[in-house]
Amino acid sequence: MTKRGFSIAVLLAILLLGVLAFFQPRQVTLAQGGTPTDDEVNRIARQLYCPVCENTPLDVCPTEACRQWRELIRQMLAEGKSEAEIKQYFVEYYGARVLSEPPRQGFNWIVYVLPPLMILAGVVLLFRTLRSWVKPAAVDEQEVEQLSADPLVRKLEEDLRRREK
Amino acid sequence: MLPEIGFGALVLAFTAAVYSVLAALLGERHQRADLVESARRSQLLTWPLLTISAVSLIGLLVNNRFDVSFVYEVTSRSMPTYLKITAWWGGQAGSLVFWAWLMAAFASLVTLRKWDRDAEFLPWVIVVTSTTLAFFLGLVIFAENPFARYWQTMSGDVVERMFRPAGTLPFVPQDGRGLNPLLRHPGMIVHPPLLYLGFVSFVIPYAFAMATLITGRTDDRWIHITRRWTLWAWLFLSLGLVFGARWAYDVLGWGGYWGWDPVEIAAFMPWLTGTAFLHSVMIQEKRGMLKQWNMLLIILTYDLVIFGTFLTRSGVLSSVHAFAQSAIGPAFFGFIGLTFVASVALLLYRWNALRAEAEMKSMLSREALFLLNNLLFLSVLIVCFWGVIFPLLSELVTGQKVTVGPPFYERATAPLFAGIMALMALAPLSAWGKSTWKTLGRAIWKPALLALLITLGLWLGGMRNLVAIIGFFLVALVTLVTLYEIWRATRARQKAQKEPFLIALGRLFARNRRRYGGYLVHISMMMMALGILGIELFQSETQATLRVGESINLSGYQVRYDEIARFPAPDGREVTRAVVSVYRDGKYLAELHPRIDFYFDAQQTMTIPGQYSTLADDLYVLLVDWQPVSAEQATFKVYHNPLVNWLWLGALVFIAAILIAAWPQPEMEVLPVRAADRSPLRVGASD
Repeated sequence: MTKRGFSIAVLLAILLLGVLAFFQPRQVTLAQGGTPTDDEVNRIARQLYCPVCENTPLDVCPTEACRQWRELIRQMLAEGKSEAEIKQYFVEYYGARVLSEPPRQGFNWIVYVLPPLMILAGVVLLFRTLRSWVKPAAVDEQEVEQLSADPLVRKLEEDLRRREK
Repeated sequence: MLPEIGFGALVLAFTAAVYSVLAALLGERHQRADLVESARRSQLLTWPLLTISAVSLIGLLVNNRFDVSFVYEVTSRSMPTYLKITAWWGGQAGSLVFWAWLMAAFASLVTLRKWDRDAEFLPWVIVVTSTTLAFFLGLVIFAENPFARYWQTMSGDVVERMFRPAGTLPFVPQDGRGLNPLLRHPGMIVHPPLLYLGFVSFVIPYAFAMATLITGRTDDRWIHITRRWTLWAWLFLSLGLVFGARWAYDVLGWGGYWGWDPVEIAAFMPWLTGTAFLHSVMIQEKRGMLKQWNMLLIILTYDLVIFGTFLTRSGVLSSVHAFAQSAIGPAFFGFIGLTFVASVALLLYRWNALRAEAEMKSMLSREALFLLNNLLFLSVLIVCFWGVIFPLLSELVTGQKVTVGPPFYERATAPLFAGIMALMALAPLSAWGKSTWKTLGRAIWKPALLALLITLGLWLGGMRNLVAIIGFFLVALVTLVTLYEIWRATRARQKAQKEPFLIALGRLFARNRRRYGGYLVHISMMMMALGILGIELFQSETQATLRVGESINLSGYQVRYDEIARFPAPDGREVTRAVVSVYRDGKYLAELHPRIDFYFDAQQTMTIPGQYSTLADDLYVLLVDWQPVSAEQATFKVYHNPLVNWLWLGALVFIAAILIAAWPQPEMEVLPVRAADRSPLRVGASD
């Protein structure tokens, strides 16, 4: 592999990793058993958004309504409901906006797919542009190498290079 | 009388702005210098006129003139005077006047410069800045008038008008509704002005870019003229963002500083394109490349600034209905669309004249790495823009409201930011024109080895979080590479000039302010990154209801609940203030006072944390709940935020770094030499 090919491969790999990371959902620790503590309630509330206030996670929302919703989570946990069931309950009652991300279904897929596609398009465009710029220079270098067989030209080249430094 | 004076001055300023656009256009068309001069003078009138308007508005605010609807909305009798003044930018109508006032100031500053060498730019710079100003003033006069008053009709209805409708009487509410409690904080006094200063100063490079495209003078003159404007704009915008983060940390009571809220992102987007622009103009200066790209970046920045201003105050993106009902929503989008289409059309018209003067020689050259940097910044922009727009789109298409929250942005932008950091380590070592893996490797191996050793130390110390390990490695690498570069250059100077090390270091910075100021910016960014990694990846929290004398334990700290009191404050609050003692390993450290403020006028509570800060971490204690009935018990939430103070320290270093980079160079400056133009030009750095 040429050096340029190698650098392209490395950069593409980095960007690909980024794109893959985009799709990987974050791991969530599940609350388990026992009397539900504030921390266990907050662990779920943190993943839900206040259905009334804009962009406020349920665990930190100071309104009375949100306090009641947190109590509801505590109650449901005490009843032995799982995290998924509690979240599902909130989605059914208040809509998908209570989730911190659009559910991965139907039209919502666009939100996840479009940015990586656009970024990939950007990468392709950038490398095509770079290649089209680099090519003439690469040809020049070959020509220079052929020319530098001539000792006079080689000396001239060296002088120029030294001056550029 | 004050409302009439303020409104009259607004109308006059609007007329002056419109006249200056027309006179500049006519003067340019008929080549009449007197008309252009008239345009310039009439533009210079706008700032004094808007100052009269602003002073009138402040007069109304501090004098409790609740017959003026804006005053009623944002102040109340109990607010202290300084907050009544800052309420100027606490509501939409006032903040639009504030924006226009700053815009007029910057437009005046730029028209007052010496134009001898750039006379052909003048009319077009006036046209662009005055059009922007006229747009904002038009919004204020026709849609969001802060001087409109309340009038009561005979039937008892209250209407809001500038001038008294027939058959009505003035209506004066007893007290105002008061400023949103969230905005009654010192952070809010400086955050909006800084953000707006950043927004407005980015209009200047845009104006010069447009002047360049229109006149067809496609050399780099506009870049040289606006370089310092751009740096100041970037400084203000960055500081606006940092102060906003600090305000959120101190006021919002959720243990964080950045929640990926659309309003935050609105201010972040022009910062992204602005940062890309700041880097890529260097390629144009040094190599004469990317001229078209720089134009596109500044056009994007300008329109994102307008978009950001609109989003910050209006909240219309929260729903389709809010947008449709908003008086200014369609106007803003129309203006953004129009300026974007017109600017891009101009760019396409001059496309061929903006071709690169040099060629890219290597994929590892500094210009190639800068291009990659641009790609990454724009990728972050794509994620942000899409995340902000999508809820609206989803509601339009499916009728379903969705939230695009932090997990989406964090997952998408983290690898992009890591890429940007990797480039920050490589780019300063690469050369313009051509670099190879070999030359890069030679320059980087020492700092890279040290960074690896530091990371290994973290691993041996028990750190197993992969993201953290990559993050800390990159922070160490960028910091070490940058310090090593500074050290190498200082040593070289020390040897060549026979100067003591510190003097050599000082002179190195003084003679190459831009480069070493830039390096210092990189170091400050790494300090901030350290704080962000710390709080994002290692924040821990716990919440419990305590009786007096009981403690919560978190990350080695003990927080003991000592007492609580509820009392009224003179500024219209009811304060519930707890006293807690902080211990570490049994040793007393501090007494904190987390509290809940209830504002009677706004009927809103605020949760203010008690903070114990060190370089290693912050202990952030919130009083979540206290019922007077069960006075014995109170609920506390405690956050442990490792390293977060490096974020604020980094911001301080950042200010110093930009001051170094942007401070006018007192001596002669060597202009960059192009491949195509080998004779160095010595000129005074007067721009």
